[in-house]
Amino acid sequence: MQKKAITNWGNYPVIDATESSFQTVDQLRVQLYRNKASIARGMGRCYGDAALSEHIISTLDCNNFISFDTANGIIDCQAGVTLDNILQVVVPEGWFLPVTPGTRYITVGGAVASDVHGKNHHVDGTFGEHVIDMDVMIGDGSLITCSSTEHSDLFQATCGGMGLTGIITRVKFALKPVESCYINEKKIKAKNLDEIFDLFQQYKHVTYSVAWIDCLKGGSNFGRSILMLGEHAKKSELPAKLAAAPLRLPQQANLNFPFYLPGFVLNKLSIKAFNEVFYRKQIAKEKQSIIPYTPFFYPLDAVQNWNRMYGRRGFVQYQMAFPLSVSKEALIKLLDKIRRKGFGSFLAVLKLFGEQDSLISFPMEGYTLALDFPVRNGLFEFLDELDKLVDEYGGRIYMSKDARMSKELLHKSYPHIDTFWSIVEKYNPDNKLASLQSARLFTHKIKSNQPCQIY
Amino acid sequence: MPDILILGASSGIAAACAHKYAANGYTVWLAGRNRALLQTQASDLAIRYKAQAHVLFFDAVDYESHKAFVDSLSFVPDVVLLAFGYLGDQTLAERDWQESERIIGSNYTGAVSIVNQLAILLEKNNKGVIAGISSVAGLRGKKNNYIYGSAKAGFTTYLSGLRNKLAKTGVHVLTILPGFVDTKMTEGMKLSKPLTAQPEAVADDIYNAISKKKNVIYTKSLWRYIMFVISNIPEPIYKKLSLG
Repeated sequence: MQKKAITNWGNYPVIDATESSFQTVDQLRVQLYRNKASIARGMGRCYGDAALSEHIISTLDCNNFISFDTANGIIDCQAGVTLDNILQVVVPEGWFLPVTPGTRYITVGGAVASDVHGKNHHVDGTFGEHVIDMDVMIGDGSLITCSSTEHSDLFQATCGGMGLTGIITRVKFALKPVESCYINEKKIKAKNLDEIFDLFQQYKHVTYSVAWIDCLKGGSNFGRSILMLGEHAKKSELPAKLAAAPLRLPQQANLNFPFYLPGFVLNKLSIKAFNEVFYRKQIAKEKQSIIPYTPFFYPLDAVQNWNRMYGRRGFVQYQMAFPLSVSKEALIKLLDKIRRKGFGSFLAVLKLFGEQDSLISFPMEGYTLALDFPVRNGLFEFLDELDKLVDEYGGRIYMSKDARMSKELLHKSYPHIDTFWSIVEKYNPDNKLASLQSARLFTHKIKSNQPCQIY
Repeated sequence: MPDILILGASSGIAAACAHKYAANGYTVWLAGRNRALLQTQASDLAIRYKAQAHVLFFDAVDYESHKAFVDSLSFVPDVVLLAFGYLGDQTLAERDWQESERIIGSNYTGAVSIVNQLAILLEKNNKGVIAGISSVAGLRGKKNNYIYGSAKAGFTTYLSGLRNKLAKTGVHVLTILPGFVDTKMTEGMKLSKPLTAQPEAVADDIYNAISKKKNVIYTKSLWRYIMFVISNIPEPIYKKLSLG
């Protein structure tokens, strides 16, 4: 089997690896036996090195729906089915994903492995909380059905476990009912950080909330933002034209980002200009509208390959969360560092998480900020500095977006990490499932993993 | 509702075609050896497209069974898609006759055997399309897959003869010549990206070619020109080349 260059959404790192796919569990078992170390990979939308390994087992051919209970909103499907596939099937029947991240081009297996969160985390928690049961093929090739009551240790360590417990082959989860495919959206401008924090608290009862934040603005407008709130629109709220077919999405054209943008295009000036336009585009303080769910949840999905915007060297996403009590102080320091450095992030997203009680999942009650940084000289040193701040304030970093955090930070910031690892060792004792990320973050614990070549 | 019979329905191209036809209101009959897998695919089509999808057991190299298989059909297909095939291991096949036989049996003998029977059925009903997935590999022999290539060459020639025979009937014959396709068959091969098609794009091409009653299609269409060039290289030069 020949190796090929494979990379995830951040285009960093790029590795040389072999890849195989499976349609049945028997085929999967053979592949697991044949290779020393493997990791499952779906759409490759995690940004960093989580779904990269010496051998990659693609779940994309394991993509059949098994059942859809339209009366109770329960869907059972194989791990390679994408959220996009699911939306196409369930929305016309009046159901919606219980939790969705900012792209619908991820697989169900990936959603569980990263235990993804959405704009409704403070109300509905993470994806894993809606999973009824799932099948996981563990290191020795046996297929185990697990849920919060059956093999619950495996279940907990698989939700957010970055694929290290085994390969998820099937997931059954509960949907949420909707009356329409539209969102009743409200956008509110906040002129600085204090204001946006107040707004988040004030609108805590709203199901969906997220803010775009301008991280380059200083002075009295430091932290200016636009808060985006949303609820699934009721049929009665729709204009007559849409109410006729409330669950049918209007056709939309997709754009494509056709090439890698040269590295110099995105700089402090161009990002400042973009932010200015984005903030000023909305003139009124508040704006309400009824929009299809796609632009509300997935604004970037409308531009295929938008990651090419960051050039061939790729980019890293840096997403951290801070405990609620120190969030504001920590974010002021962090945003200030970014502004001074001028490493402006094109897309900076702020969100208030609700409580989270799980083994290894990223969210914690408090604020989370997600930033994009194109890879360039000095970036990694700078991120190490930000890591210190995260550490100092008891925050943590999202593994699905990570390609470079230190193992020390991970072990300090995830309180149940040792329990997690003992479960990994129970189900995957020979480290058959291992990724570039696990080799980096658990290097002191891994016996046999061989790192593969990075370009 | 029109019916499509897909032989070798678990292959990457076949599965993509099954989706395409199910989405367009066809009743889909998935035929192949792996019943459990096909059953999963059939349920999937029913959920995604509210389509009628059924499973039939079919073994391409069990030639004896082919007549009975066709006789047992409860419908007359509007479209037959022959999608089974076996790339095999060329190096092994050069020394191991069983491997050679598997390659020839799946790509040629089995195909001829089942299409013979289906052609009789369709001709009797004076309707339908027989679409056979052959390969550009059948257009000129190449050192790294000439046993597969020669079997596909035989199948391509068979299809063109059958098209000629049925030209005056209501039955149409389509020859599909895919180049590289990103499926299980080509897994682990280093393929040139611009020349490699996704199975969904191949399924779109096949669907369009069947509706427009095309005779021969290349997919990606670029392969028509590539194969024109390759076919016209003089043998004294060609024999010394190493083509991927």
